[in-house]
Amino acid sequence: MSVVARPNLKWFEKLYIPVILSGMRITVGHFVKTFLTNLGIRKTDKLHPYLEMSKTGSVTMQYPEEQWTMPEGYRGAPALIKDEEGREKCVSCQLCEFICPPRAIKIWPNEIETNVEKAPKEFKIDMLRCIYCGLCEEVCPEEAIFLLKEYVFTGQTRAELMHDKEKLYEMGGTIARPIMKWKDK
Amino acid sequence: MDFQTALPFVIMVIKTMVIIFMFILPLVSYSVYAERRISAMIQDRLGPNRVGFAGLLQPLPDALKFMFKEDFTPAHVHKVYFWIAPALAMIPALLTVAVIPFGSMITSGDVTLFGRTFHVPEIGLVVANFDVGVLFVFAIASLSVYGIVIGGWASNSKYPFLGGIRSSAQMISYELAMGLSAIPVFLIAQSLNLSQIVQYQAEHGWSVLPFFVQSMSAFDWRSFVLWVPMLVSFLIFLIASFAETNRLPFDLPESETELVGGYHTEYSSMKFALFFLGEYAAMIVVSALMVTLFFGGWHFPFLPASTLGMETVTSIKYSILHVATFSIKLVLFLILFIWVRWTLPRFRYDQLMHLGWKILLPLALGNIFLTAVLLVLVGKG
Repeated sequence: MSVVARPNLKWFEKLYIPVILSGMRITVGHFVKTFLTNLGIRKTDKLHPYLEMSKTGSVTMQYPEEQWTMPEGYRGAPALIKDEEGREKCVSCQLCEFICPPRAIKIWPNEIETNVEKAPKEFKIDMLRCIYCGLCEEVCPEEAIFLLKEYVFTGQTRAELMHDKEKLYEMGGTIARPIMKWKDK
Repeated sequence: MDFQTALPFVIMVIKTMVIIFMFILPLVSYSVYAERRISAMIQDRLGPNRVGFAGLLQPLPDALKFMFKEDFTPAHVHKVYFWIAPALAMIPALLTVAVIPFGSMITSGDVTLFGRTFHVPEIGLVVANFDVGVLFVFAIASLSVYGIVIGGWASNSKYPFLGGIRSSAQMISYELAMGLSAIPVFLIAQSLNLSQIVQYQAEHGWSVLPFFVQSMSAFDWRSFVLWVPMLVSFLIFLIASFAETNRLPFDLPESETELVGGYHTEYSSMKFALFFLGEYAAMIVVSALMVTLFFGGWHFPFLPASTLGMETVTSIKYSILHVATFSIKLVLFLILFIWVRWTLPRFRYDQLMHLGWKILLPLALGNIFLTAVLLVLVGKG
């Protein structure tokens, strides 16, 4: 067992006062730095890359005025997408409905006029149940459902947080990528 | 009773109202705001900046929050003492304000305002001009510890109980040193009356900064000789006052990290707010006392020490300047309290007692002796 020797303090170190003063110098330094940066007199320090969005020079962010840019692969809200011709990619196979652990997804399948198989008549995701796990995106054979980077949803009622098909397509937009169900049709 | 006989009483009531409701309580709420902003900036954050310009209206929602919270009394407490304790913590802090001189005297005389002439009586800007001033402060301020001890005991659970025990242990360790450290000031000023101590400092130089006197010609070499014991006195008083107000590094009764708030763990709503107000009011009173004893009170450097013999209008102008000077000194001390709180970690309970009994007490006693010897050598000022 090694014994760490106690440091031999000099008499003025035993007074504690110089140490207390140097500590107070450090804290007032931080105060002045943050204060001047907040007033805009001083430039922001090079902070952690994620914190460079903060314009006030503090380590905290002024939410909601300042928000994080999410990294690639961030799992936000799920949404449905269309292809470049505005056609639905979803074939309402219901795999996402079956795999969804909190059972947030509900699909009503429907035949459609063209001779491709199906498309959803109604597609609902309950954002109060969704746990943003991304299994729906993982399981989708048609690459029709994706997780976006948005994560903030607030509503006055529970009904507002029930995303229906219209809302999901509006959020998802268009991703041009070859899809199978329109092939040879 | 006619108006003229009732006037002194009326003026005293008005002074009390103005000092407590227009000076101390707003200062309490804004020192809470300052505490939050300064602590935030020391930690590279911003603190409350949403309510009003730069968050300056923050005290308003803070107070509203306290009022609308549920006032919950746990079933296991000793009801009577549980209710008395918050008041016992708050009242002594406000009582001690009575003897603090906030400004100089307004000379009596006739003032013409808007074409009318009013007779202004002599008004001293102190509620009660006692000759035992400082003793009164020490006597009453040491009562505030009962609020904490009774609150801790009445809560009838572990953490508040430990907080109460620590508070009583803390009180006996620092209070002696605090009282003894103020004695050299009385030896020099030859008075316990706070107004007269300020007057003495204005004429002979502030206790801790003896080069600030009423005029260049009034420099007193004796004050420079007494500078060393005054600095020691001030240091001891400053350290003891951190313990007196339960502020870091001596916030053992509260210890939010280990005792979950200590004596006020079981308190909620307005009863907690009273403890909170009491703590900050005590901080203001102790700052005011330090300003008065060591930093010349309301005296502004190189201006006359007394407004006696001046015309009323001039003396009112001087009084406003004096109140402003006093407030600025007071606020600087409050900032020091906040600054130290966010710099130093908490002392251990035995370390505090070691500091109080083995270091501060002998030092304060030696300092009294040194002051007395120096006073005999240099003669009375």
